[in-house]
Amino acid sequence: MSILGNRVLRREDPKFLTVGGTYVGDLPLEGALHVTFVRSTAAHARIESVDVEGARSAPGVVAVYTDADIDAGPVAPMGFLNQAMKRSFLADGVVRYVGEPVIAIVAESREAGADAAELVVIEYEPLPVVVDPEAAVSSETMIFEGADTNVPFELQFPEDPALFDDCEVVVRQRIVNQRVAPCPLEARAAAAEMVEGRLRFFASTQGAHGVKETLVAQLGLAPEDVHVISPDVGGGFGAKGSVYTEELVVGWCARALGRPVRWSETRSDSMVGLGHGRGQVQNVTIGGTRAGQITAYRLNVLQDSGAYADIGAVLPFMTRQMAPGVYAIPKVECSTRSILTNTVPTVAYRGAGRPEATAALERVVDCFAAEIGLDPAQVRRRNLIQADAFPYTTAVGTKYDSGDYLRAFELALENAGYDDLRAEQARRREAGSSDRSVKQIGIGISSYVEITAPIAGGEFGAVEVRPDGKVIVRTGTSPHGQGHATAWSMIVADAMGVALEDIEVIHGDTDIVPRGGGTGGSRSLQLGGTAVNQAAGEVVDRARELAADLLEADPADIVLDKAGGRFHVAGTPSISRSWRELGAASIERDGVPLQAEADFEYPGATFPFGTHVSVVEVDIETGQVRLLRHISVDDAGKIMNPLLAEGQVHGGIAQGVAQALLEEFRYDAGGNPLTANLADYSFISAVELPSFETAFTETPTPLNTLGVKGIGEAGTIGSTPAVHNAVCDALAHLGVRHVDMPATPERVWEAIQSAGGSPTESDTETATGATGPGPGA
Amino acid sequence: MSASKSVRVEIKVNGKAVAAEVEARLLLVQFIRDVAGLKGTNIGCDTTSCGACTVLLNGQSVKSCTVLAAQADGASILTIEGLAPEAGDGSGEGAASLMHPVQRAFHENHGLQCGYCTPGMVMAVTSLIAEAGPGELDEAAIREGLEGNLCRCTGYHNIVASALAAAREAGVAVARTGAGE
Repeated sequence: MSILGNRVLRREDPKFLTVGGTYVGDLPLEGALHVTFVRSTAAHARIESVDVEGARSAPGVVAVYTDADIDAGPVAPMGFLNQAMKRSFLADGVVRYVGEPVIAIVAESREAGADAAELVVIEYEPLPVVVDPEAAVSSETMIFEGADTNVPFELQFPEDPALFDDCEVVVRQRIVNQRVAPCPLEARAAAAEMVEGRLRFFASTQGAHGVKETLVAQLGLAPEDVHVISPDVGGGFGAKGSVYTEELVVGWCARALGRPVRWSETRSDSMVGLGHGRGQVQNVTIGGTRAGQITAYRLNVLQDSGAYADIGAVLPFMTRQMAPGVYAIPKVECSTRSILTNTVPTVAYRGAGRPEATAALERVVDCFAAEIGLDPAQVRRRNLIQADAFPYTTAVGTKYDSGDYLRAFELALENAGYDDLRAEQARRREAGSSDRSVKQIGIGISSYVEITAPIAGGEFGAVEVRPDGKVIVRTGTSPHGQGHATAWSMIVADAMGVALEDIEVIHGDTDIVPRGGGTGGSRSLQLGGTAVNQAAGEVVDRARELAADLLEADPADIVLDKAGGRFHVAGTPSISRSWRELGAASIERDGVPLQAEADFEYPGATFPFGTHVSVVEVDIETGQVRLLRHISVDDAGKIMNPLLAEGQVHGGIAQGVAQALLEEFRYDAGGNPLTANLADYSFISAVELPSFETAFTETPTPLNTLGVKGIGEAGTIGSTPAVHNAVCDALAHLGVRHVDMPATPERVWEAIQSAGGSPTESDTETATGATGPGPGA
Repeated sequence: MSASKSVRVEIKVNGKAVAAEVEARLLLVQFIRDVAGLKGTNIGCDTTSCGACTVLLNGQSVKSCTVLAAQADGASILTIEGLAPEAGDGSGEGAASLMHPVQRAFHENHGLQCGYCTPGMVMAVTSLIAEAGPGELDEAAIREGLEGNLCRCTGYHNIVASALAAAREAGVAVARTGAGE
């Protein structure tokens, strides 16, 4: 019996539950100094003067640095982005967003640093501020003088003026996919010290090797002089996949001062320091037949990049890749433009470009269904890519590996009791027609497909059998809650017939693990897990050869008894060699450990999919929305451990619901953040959520031996549009066509008031061939 | 605001008296982490919103970032490390079976992922169950009781399931809700 597919409890848990994890802020680091950053209070300004004398002479202060003091940087953006948009370690004379680090204070204690920060005087000469990405497109204010543009990246394709010519119905919608704060519960932290001439750097990151590469490049060090360790990491959600300038400063300070330094930011700093997620304005057009066939789709994306060209500027690439979603749409266009604004730079956040694609498409599929008077389930059923069409290449050229979209879709509707829900909705609407205190329900569907392991690159895995029989697994992935130690142990236990408790998984140390791509884009199991599986298979082969020698038999006749963890000659189980004996024999006889290292070569991306159904209740009198039920059916290929997979889906759903209903990082027109702490930002809590109803279908991918795809981000991608659609659905009979996210009581109430209970104006064309501004329906 | 007045405090942390001369502005959470040296209690925010620093003060759950060390002078504090000291750091053989029922319930129900909110969450659930006494708890009450403890990984689903399981084991009448199970 294989252990794979079982609900194996996490091996990681006991430590976290008894003494807590060891996060960067918990490391002892004897005598470490604390770094405190003084951050910009202006959204866009020239730094006229900086007075740090008071801070420098404050008690406990060891050093105060401005960018001029730092002999490293600036950091150039990724090669294909506008190279004029470089970023200094600390602000280089111009600040471009509130929260940008300007001064670094190094002090004997955190308190001394905080006190000294109060004594720094910075004079700003204000520059015009651009906050709204749509306004930024035509703004004459350049966020980078010398760049002559605020566009770091774009994917512009010629529009076919006849794209919608043969459509009977064309529906347009402008959709705001709002900026949110990733909020891992552990904010950013780093520590660094010099050990025998090498920089040892502790990072709260999703990938130690990426941090090492960045430190090497930006501090001008030799690779062998940098050692990066990521201890326990308190969540990342994509945002800790980037390396931040503060981390570079921490590394630089350790070298400059020759003393250990540490930095743990406050949450208020983190809200304007850690990158933000999402932030797209989408103009969406969908067209098709009155019978419900979708024949043409156009998505135009404006991505808010924030003040610098970080990874957020690039994410629309993935939005475009996934634009047509789960539907067989013959004609699809998608152009994207990223734009700088005087706000926190955007980065990857759980889904990173794909949720935005799904949100746009799924919302307008509902608009399209409403326009032609069909049930949104019916429209989806009619347009889903059929199971026999895989591998399937979409109209934008993305090749989906495997799928059975209809199966997941029908199961989700069945689990939701879709028809009963519609009947209940009809009853509530009837009762509500004479009594507005009757709460209305809305039912939302979202069918999604996403891309996992989207970035080309393989992964490292190694397995070693020690002479005492313990098995050491090394992986290039970088877990921060996902449960890799448990899952990778299961893979090795299954391949080798060793007990879970005899397996140790090592990650996040660049001296022990030679290379690694880290964790992000839901890549870990399919690449890192497969690499470990490959290495385990090679160790079994070597052990078989060794056992054959020791047993004086032909390797072909040697079998591995996985139940007992022993090798023996077929038919003669009484004479055998255990893993422990073979591990010892390899050292004694050959002088080398019994081990194998594998680099699993990147086989291409995989495409998980599924359908989520959401049920919300809306108080028509107050606009209050309550999520009653959330039903998910996700398909990420073979499920390694349902307990872990469900956990990933649960967390994803909660973050997706949060975006649909609650969370938005907001600025005023002057670029001042309005939600820069957890008292002001609506971080979703337990009371705003029900328990979830999750299920899986399993359609294996042919791209790896385990048949697995990624499951880390699917929950977020599937849930947001389902909840969003449910809210709009609850209000449809009142004449509300669309409410932007987050569907806060204020926004829902206003939508109800302005609809006035009668059908709203909608930008819809019914005439064939019309693509310009058409008559309202 | 620098060089604030110092005060002498003595706080019993997990049964052991810890006495120190501290700055008057020192928060209890910093006393626990930096003076008592117990790093299990985490800090997740600076507005008393997240609950990562939840500990029991004289048996009552408090956010230890909201209490000054000086205010806790003479009090007894229980942190995650003190909940089931016999389980050690969890690495020993059979440690899971030596854990406190709430810790065990979190393990058995996958009630944690990155682990950062976990110590606070476990202490909050322990307190909720103690407060319920022989009374009743249901999913809604647990969700309400945990509103001040934020988690970004689990979507709270398995935390609620863990709390329900632990409550049941503690003999609290748990209303059937069907959810979270």
